[in-house]
Amino acid sequence: MKKRKAPSYNLPAAVLMLILLMIWQAGAMKLDAAYILPSPIQIVQKLWDLREPLFKAHLPATMEVVGIGLAISVILGLGLAIVMDLNKNVEKALYPLIIASQTIPTTALAPLFVLWFGYGIWSKVLVTVLITFFPITITVFDGFKSVRTDMIELMQTFGADRRTIFIKLKMPAVLPYFFSAIKMAIPLSLIGAAIGEWLGAQSGLGYFSRRMMTQLDGAGVFAPILLLSIAAMVLVAVVGVLEERFVHWRNE
Amino acid sequence: MSEAMLEFRDVSFTYPGDNKPTIDKLSFSLNKGEFVCLIGPSGCGKSTIFRLVNKLLKPDSGHIYVNGRDINEQKSYCGYMPQSDLLFPWRSVATNVRLPLEIRGGMSDAEMNDKINEALENVGLGGLGNKSPSELSGGMRQRAAFARTLMTGCELLLLDEPFSALDYLTRLNMREWLSEQWEHENKTILFITHDVEEAVFLSGRVLAADNYPISSLTAVPIPAEYPRTRATLEEAHMVEIREQLIEKLRKEHS
Repeated sequence: MKKRKAPSYNLPAAVLMLILLMIWQAGAMKLDAAYILPSPIQIVQKLWDLREPLFKAHLPATMEVVGIGLAISVILGLGLAIVMDLNKNVEKALYPLIIASQTIPTTALAPLFVLWFGYGIWSKVLVTVLITFFPITITVFDGFKSVRTDMIELMQTFGADRRTIFIKLKMPAVLPYFFSAIKMAIPLSLIGAAIGEWLGAQSGLGYFSRRMMTQLDGAGVFAPILLLSIAAMVLVAVVGVLEERFVHWRNE
Repeated sequence: MSEAMLEFRDVSFTYPGDNKPTIDKLSFSLNKGEFVCLIGPSGCGKSTIFRLVNKLLKPDSGHIYVNGRDINEQKSYCGYMPQSDLLFPWRSVATNVRLPLEIRGGMSDAEMNDKINEALENVGLGGLGNKSPSELSGGMRQRAAFARTLMTGCELLLLDEPFSALDYLTRLNMREWLSEQWEHENKTILFITHDVEEAVFLSGRVLAADNYPISSLTAVPIPAEYPRTRATLEEAHMVEIREQLIEKLRKEHS
């Protein structure tokens, strides 16, 4: 009964994308003001022209922030989800705080982080973590909540203690939720890193985009952002492949 | 007394928040090697009896003995098979069956594998151990779940409507199959069902929960030799027993 879906090429989406890009191209050519509205072709050209600094300095700098931020978010998110699952009181205490933390406009506070942590990497990591840990925590926690009670009871009748139930039942059951969480977290972490860099940095795609802004170089603003999107898509695709490998039972 | 596999002595249980007990001073017992069906309308508290036996619920008063000893002094004394197979989708059929062995511990991988292969062979799933549960049919999944229950190594098995989700023809096959399994495994089985025909076919004795709260169970012996077939059910005295049981339960239900 294994159904492996053939890789589907989404033709309607590709056509729509092409049409939108053509409208953009036409509009930009008519307006003829590249510092406000660069055309897609100009952006791609810019990306090529700037490939040296973008790929050698700024992309690695951003990916470092993303990597560290994501790692901390995963550890923090999983940790919070697990302690909330283990203890009802901890859940009651933490859950509202975690929700409340999401009402803070991180972007508005980010300049303060720069004051606290300086222009180094940690102010950016903090912004990244603040917007990334939340979906991980909540999604994984929901995963724990969704573990079927009758399965837990079955384990109990086999004589399993809480530790065994956690390892043999809850951990595998939560894996699909974990992968969903990571797929949500990746784009957010890139956005977080870019916001952090916008506010104060010496390198990174967000920083580079902002520098181009001050030079009124429209295509230069867009080029690093295009790179950011591509990076997010590649990372999500990689996670998707891992998910396929480890969560072969999904939807069964 | 030593003959009793399972014994309830004056067991009472009230769900928190209810003002009426579900089980009221219930006493009954099962002899070693018996196949007994517990029958009653849905929601009458049959499953509560199971949950008391496997300690998922604690009685308010009274005692439950398995093999002559209070269950509070024992661990792993009964194997429980739930209504839905509850095979873990991330485990293969074989590793699902292995679960009770893993939890109990103290066995090498090779020993466990030998036991599992034998069990799978016995339930007619030989060679299917590496399949994922989703690749099996409903009846096969229930047989895998039964093999898993056997792996608990307990003499007393509690089966909670294990065939209720199967289609009619599969049910017919499964009950004949279970009857054979019981004859050759030498276990004591308490089987919950609301299907009177299934109860009459399978058990040596039917316990009918015909009052609420359950304060006593009416024992109805089924005088027929094993192995039974569909034809056994058509015999006049069997039909009569079946009709009497249905009448009794309907009266209580209305």
